[in-house]
Parts: sequence; structure tokens; C-alpha cells
Amino acid sequence: MSIKDTIESELKSSDVVLFMKGTPQFPQCGFSGQVVQILDHIGVGYKGLNVLENPELRDGIKTYSNWPTIPQLYVKGEFVGGCDIVREMFQAGELQKLLGDKGITLNTPASA
Amino acid sequence: MGVKSLAMSVKDSISQKLNEAFAPESLDVADESYLHEGHAGHRPGGETHFRIHIVSRAFEGKSRVERHRMINTLLAAELAGPIHALAIRATVPGEPGS
Repeated sequence: MSIKDTIESELKSSDVVLFMKGTPQFPQCGFSGQVVQILDHIGVGYKGLNVLENPELRDGIKTYSNWPTIPQLYVKGEFVGGCDIVREMFQAGELQKLLGDKGITLNTPASA
Repeated sequence: MGVKSLAMSVKDSISQKLNEAFAPESLDVADESYLHEGHAGHRPGGETHFRIHIVSRAFEGKSRVERHRMINTLLAAELAGPIHALAIRATVPGEPGS
């Protein structure tokens, strides 16, 4: 299976996927950690994939999205953005709206 | 600050490229490498972690992802080389946070 196939299969199997450095429990980069905090705060379930464990994935995801940095957030297979974009969207309420529009359930109210 | 090398710094190179490409109304390029001492990607001398805030009409009608891609493409050489991390805020004059 090529790395592109691996990525596509991951994106098909989970609605929200975060390519990150470290794991949701132990982020190993401040930017990845910020996205984890935001996703946890709005209460969306997601799959975190640690690119540090897989150099092929680390390079592959950058090529796949034509985006040079990690973290990268995907919703229903679509690239949403990196740390800055996710944070701006969260602060503007756009991230919550995007997830809602895509039919993804949030576990806790955004005000919690 | 110490003695600067005669070669253009990464920060100056970033600023020059952004100024030429986007004719920004305002541009702030900050070297935040000192915040990441001891962290992955940091090198002595800094110039590894940057934060850009750019306000330009060139971003009118572009999505956030498109704006970042315009900047990432322009700075591809730096991103492939000296830059370890680049935080970007790209807005159009009048937008919130401009």
C-alpha cells in the first residue's frame, strides 16, 4: 500500500483526523498541542496520527495536502488547515460551525 | 544584538520577499526562536521560528488556506531550509485582527 493509499484510508475511516507530532495524550510540539486543546475543548472525537513515528507519513502528508507543516487537520477527508487556521476558525466560531455542517456531533457545549 | 553577518538574515529575506510579492499595508516579521530554546528545531543563533502578521489587499477573496499557501509558496526555499516553524496571520485591511 502506498503512503497516499494509507493516508486516504485513514481519512475515510475517521471523520476528523489530526496529523500531529506526538499523540493527543502527549503532544511533542506546541503547535500540535494547541490543536489538541482546541479539539478537546469543543468536544469533537478525532483520530490523532503521530508523524514522528513514521517518517514516510511525515513527508507523505505534506505532499498529499501540498502543505509544508505539521499539524494538519482533516474533516471528512478535506484539509482544513494547520495550527494558525484552526485557532482562527475556533476563535471565530467557524470550526464549530464547519463540524456541525458536516454532521459531526460535539460532546460538550462550546461554552463548557 | 552582537555582530551581524554580512549575509542577509533569514528575517530580512522573509520581509523582502513578502514586501515585493504582496505590497502589504502592514507587515510584522518576528523571530521567536528564543521562545523555543531547548526545543526541537531550535539552533543556536535563532532564526528558526518566525511569526508573520501581514495585512494586504492581495488576500482579498482568498480563503485562509489559500492565503497561507501563497505565503508558503513564496517562502518555499526558507521552509525547506532554515525555518523550522512559521506562524502566519494573513488578513485584508479592515478584517478583524488586521
